[in-house]
Amino acid sequence: MTRLEVLDLYFMDARSKLIDLAAFLDRVDRGYGEADFRLDAFRAALDELHKNAPERAKQVLLAFSDPTAEPIPTAPGKGAVGAWPGRR
Amino acid sequence: MRYIEPHGHMVSRTTDDYRDMVTAGCRAVCEPAFWAGFDRSSPNGFYDYFCQLTEHEPKRAAKFGLPHFTWLCINPKESEDVGLAKDVVALIPRFLDRPNVLGIGEIGLNKNSRNELKVLEMHVELAARHNQMILVHTPHLEDKLKGTRLISDVLKSDSRIKPERCIIDHVEEHTIKLVLDAGLWAGMTLYPESKCTPARAIDMLDVYGTDRIWMNSACDWGVSIPLNVPYTALEMKRRGWSAEQIDKVIYQNPKTFMTQCPKFKLSER
Repeated sequence: MTRLEVLDLYFMDARSKLIDLAAFLDRVDRGYGEADFRLDAFRAALDELHKNAPERAKQVLLAFSDPTAEPIPTAPGKGAVGAWPGRR
Repeated sequence: MRYIEPHGHMVSRTTDDYRDMVTAGCRAVCEPAFWAGFDRSSPNGFYDYFCQLTEHEPKRAAKFGLPHFTWLCINPKESEDVGLAKDVVALIPRFLDRPNVLGIGEIGLNKNSRNELKVLEMHVELAARHNQMILVHTPHLEDKLKGTRLISDVLKSDSRIKPERCIIDHVEEHTIKLVLDAGLWAGMTLYPESKCTPARAIDMLDVYGTDRIWMNSACDWGVSIPLNVPYTALEMKRRGWSAEQIDKVIYQNPKTFMTQCPKFKLSER
């Protein structure tokens, strides 16, 4: 696809998602109390978007990922929260 | 359009979904064993579930003319209890000869714990001993990268396991290359809120090619879209993919993988 074709197909969708991200950060700012490691991971992932480098999606995913190699002693539960607490 | 839904938890879906899938061109559905959303209290609960997957659900699908296949295991979300898992794994061999059972799955890891790893190794041993194919679930979100690496290491460490007979499901941009480089198949799960959107799945096909890759909706009792494979095919068409290229990804590839089990047979309508 040409760049113009990509823009024709996906620009409005990406624009909408970008505004949603901005509104999410505004919403967090308007909230009260402390945030947690998820917001730090989110901001680290956002930094990847500014880099004019390929594989941005991969880098964003890596910013949220547990980079360790050893299995953990026991599962703390079943769910995942979307960001690794150890990165903070 | 014709397609195979290679990963759908149909016991959680309505007959309306069966009707819609067949109307959209679905030619077969494959259902890995799954977590019910709550922990089963005993091996008997799994016995009943395996009966549902091998007796009842194929009949329900057949009412819509849809062949139904399945994979059996105790899901990683219930693998922290190793004692329960041993009892459930011991049940599985009596189901392996049933006509719609393709192999062991969806095994894998959830939180990457030591007990989950032990249960994964039990399942791999079972598959190797009975010459079964393997379908692997990879962890969610922040746990996926580490879990995919651990799973790949377990599979590679057993010389009886042939990588071309294993599929690692739920790959994303940070795990797909390590899966394909290991000679394994990769599954992309098309979810509305996590895992992979249709646009990102097609991006990965653009970057990594179409060999040893399938797409699935993994529709279940959670937020999921049973028609996401044909919806993605529509998006591929909008992006200039030919009918033949789309057919390879959504029909030929899953067929190629699953016909490694002689029980997977489709009528070429």
